[in-house]
Amino acid sequence: MDVYKCTLLSNDKITETSCDMRVLAPEMADAKPGQFVHVKCEGFTLRRPISICDVDGEVLRLVVDRRGKGTEWLTEQRVGATLDILGPLGRGFGTHGRVLVVGGGIGCPPLLYAAKASDSADAILGFRNSAAMMLLGDFRDACDTVQLATDDGSAGFRGRVDELLRRRLSEEKYDRVLSCGPTPMLRACKRVCEELGVPLEVSLEERMGCGVGACLVCAVKLRGADGEYVGHVCKDGPVFKAEEVCFDD
Amino acid sequence: MTDMRVSIAGVKFKNPILVASGTFGFGHEYGKFYDLSELGGICVKGTTLHKRDGNPAPRIAETPSGILNSVGLQNPGVDAFCAEEMPFLKRFDTKIVANISGNTLEEYSELAEKVAAAGVDMIEVNISCPNVKAGGLAFGTSCTSAAAATEAVKNHAGSVPVMVKLSPNVTDITEIARAVEAAGADALSLINTLLGMRIDLKTRRPILKNNTGGLSGPAVLPVAVRMVWQVANAVKLPLLGMGGVASGADAAELMFAGASAVAVGTALFNDPYAPIRVRDELAEYCENAGVARVSELTGGVKPW
Repeated sequence: MDVYKCTLLSNDKITETSCDMRVLAPEMADAKPGQFVHVKCEGFTLRRPISICDVDGEVLRLVVDRRGKGTEWLTEQRVGATLDILGPLGRGFGTHGRVLVVGGGIGCPPLLYAAKASDSADAILGFRNSAAMMLLGDFRDACDTVQLATDDGSAGFRGRVDELLRRRLSEEKYDRVLSCGPTPMLRACKRVCEELGVPLEVSLEERMGCGVGACLVCAVKLRGADGEYVGHVCKDGPVFKAEEVCFDD
Repeated sequence: MTDMRVSIAGVKFKNPILVASGTFGFGHEYGKFYDLSELGGICVKGTTLHKRDGNPAPRIAETPSGILNSVGLQNPGVDAFCAEEMPFLKRFDTKIVANISGNTLEEYSELAEKVAAAGVDMIEVNISCPNVKAGGLAFGTSCTSAAAATEAVKNHAGSVPVMVKLSPNVTDITEIARAVEAAGADALSLINTLLGMRIDLKTRRPILKNNTGGLSGPAVLPVAVRMVWQVANAVKLPLLGMGGVASGADAAELMFAGASAVAVGTALFNDPYAPIRVRDELAEYCENAGVARVSELTGGVKPW
């Protein structure tokens, strides 16, 4: 883990708000699925945490969603530009055995690398609508099956991913479920996995500062053997065992 | 080669660049990037008598040229600091500045005794944290209570020099500085963060769960320079300047304004190597300006 200057190799718009970016980063070839990088954005005090979507040899793949001015700057970078990237950071997913990845929207990218790294994987991916869908071809290549859900029914199943998750887990055996997406979705997945007794790992998001565990801003309430405590998404996560996370419910 | 050594209240720093409390934890994280012995000193994460979980997240919001934070002094408590963190920190050839924050005068006394016994090189008295309800800023905004906290720490710190960290959230920082000097402080550090707030237009909610937080980063540099200059003119105590330092030039400004040494904080979040870079840029500036000793910069401003 260190700060690296990385050349932008490609930058393709894949939805209205997000870009699929590849950077040359031989030093980060050992990044683990679920880890993230912290990218400097010119003119901003804070870096932007971006989950690692895939690692292919010396090439790191990042899907960046335009959320504000910082990520807007990032998605506007042209091929050939040099990006200042701190990483790889955080703790990633466990990928042994047969896994089911469950993604929601911009939570899908880190699950691609996890699916690829696993022994065998299936995917359930949810999006607002068909226009927000991303990485479907990649997931189809990496997984045995891919099930789709959209809120408005414009593609795949009309409804929530946790409904598909419940069906799937009642029919098939998995060693673990890996999930990343909006908090309400993660909370619903946790409920389903607890009921059906399948281990779940979730990747969390929180407003972040240093990215390395020094500034303590990205706090998350966790539950350990000795009761509740405050951990940090950047260092203790972003991936946590679902039973350790105190979702506010 | 410019002599980069400086001293504050008898504590000798190998160079004038420290890292600011709350931005560097207890050194483990940035110690993976470089040898902590490169630093002039480390102001470690603020510690309290008992463990604190801090405030709920979100605890950070970006601002134009800065950030707001509302961590709320999350720390493992002074006993854990002394037992678990000091042995690690002592392995490095750098000065360790403990930062202590009490709810009462008795707590300040007890904290001072404990960190002094643990072998810290200096004590920074936090009377200026804007993110906790009791103690913190409550002590730092009145001359009487600031003086009382200073005295409590002085009486229990033994031979360890006591530096009081001042809040910019006051009408006249020089009044507090004078009161603290009269109460026996050996040095002052300034500035802590400026109280601020941001609101999400979609939700009409403040971005910070604590509603308000402390502003730091390049946005506050000119405020820090001004306050260091005012305080330097008001007291005889040596000053550790901080607030938005991100380059050697920024550090030089604070030193010209009156600081004997400078702490780097928020810049770390953008560049983990910021303190090393600031030190090297400051040394380069001194070389080019023909400055033999970096300490010559202190108070060197020529006001109109």
